[in-house]
Amino acid sequence: MTISGVALLAICTLLGGYLGDLLGAVLGVKANVGGVGIAMLLLIAARLWLVRHGYFSHGLRLGVEFWGSIYIPIVVAMAAQQNVVAAVKGGPLVLLAGGGAVAICFAAVALISRLGGTAETMDEIEAREAIAQEAARVAAGDVR
Amino acid sequence: MDMLSHIFIANGLLVAFAAVGLIMWASHAASKHLTFGRIHGSAIAIVIGLLLAFAGGLVTGGEKGLADLPMLAGIGLMGGAMLRDFAIVATAFEVDVVQARKAGVIGAIALGLGTILPFALGVILAAAFGYKDAVSLTTIGAGAVTYIVGPVTGAALGANSTVIALSIATGVLKAVLVMIGTPLVARMIGLDNPRSAMVFGGLMGTVSGVSGGLAATDRRLVPYGALTATFHTGLGCLVAPSILYLIVRAIAGG
Repeated sequence: MTISGVALLAICTLLGGYLGDLLGAVLGVKANVGGVGIAMLLLIAARLWLVRHGYFSHGLRLGVEFWGSIYIPIVVAMAAQQNVVAAVKGGPLVLLAGGGAVAICFAAVALISRLGGTAETMDEIEAREAIAQEAARVAAGDVR
Repeated sequence: MDMLSHIFIANGLLVAFAAVGLIMWASHAASKHLTFGRIHGSAIAIVIGLLLAFAGGLVTGGEKGLADLPMLAGIGLMGGAMLRDFAIVATAFEVDVVQARKAGVIGAIALGLGTILPFALGVILAAAFGYKDAVSLTTIGAGAVTYIVGPVTGAALGANSTVIALSIATGVLKAVLVMIGTPLVARMIGLDNPRSAMVFGGLMGTVSGVSGGLAATDRRLVPYGALTATFHTGLGCLVAPSILYLIVRAIAGG
């Protein structure tokens, strides 16, 4: 059932949001601390559990993956409701602080992600997985 | 015309789906035929979204861009926090647990730096622009972290509304620049693997900036960046009005 995937996603998102608020309250902050991140971890854990127990159906997968695939259009809608006028009108302090913060952080990303040596790129990971799947298929005797 | 606007207002979310769909379609066509694939269609779509938000803000004088036009109010629902978080969480289905675990420690380091570096820059610039009191300095510094950390910190410390507005504007500008700038610098900063995406999420912080910027760069990197970015605002709201404020007050006095 597709709704089971949508429901699982909704439950994880709601629970994560609640736990994030709770964590914020415990820490004495007026904000949600890591709600989305907690929800993502819950969903990853749920996926692993469902696969292990054989409950991972096509419909369930469809219900979650639809929302993942509609993600970029949602980001576009999000961009269309930003207060861009305020950002542009902010004056020199805003321009320097906003622009400078972005530049410094970009530089730090370059520095830190190189510290630990080169990592496998997304393309390499996908190529490796494709080869592994192919090997598994051949090993299973499925010669097509 | 009246009947049309009635249908549009009654079905706001569907209007948003149709409008965003048209923007996406036009952007992908422009990417393919005008830039020959050099600029990602998603990046063009996000920039169009921001330009429309600018136009909407000028026309209505409101704060929510296009969503302040009654006929396009559905954009506010479609791009609001609820569906945005829902869709981000859904991308976790694609997370490779092994890859995510490998980047755990370095992601945490990135989170710490992503709070301290922009904050320090914001405070220094605010001081250069003549702000002397620790509350204003801290609030503007917090705005350079994200546009939520700024007002939360300002409200907690009792900053005046002009300073809070400045800190929000700083954070929004940062989010906008991250959305536009990420695909341009992606290759230069090595943004092509899960680990650097998690570092990126922790450092840039702003969930809207990170999710938009990564979406425009490589859709597969989104879940990794979002995983760390989501802790960024919470961490900022935690340390900016407390530890960082005390440090600024110790240096600036009063």
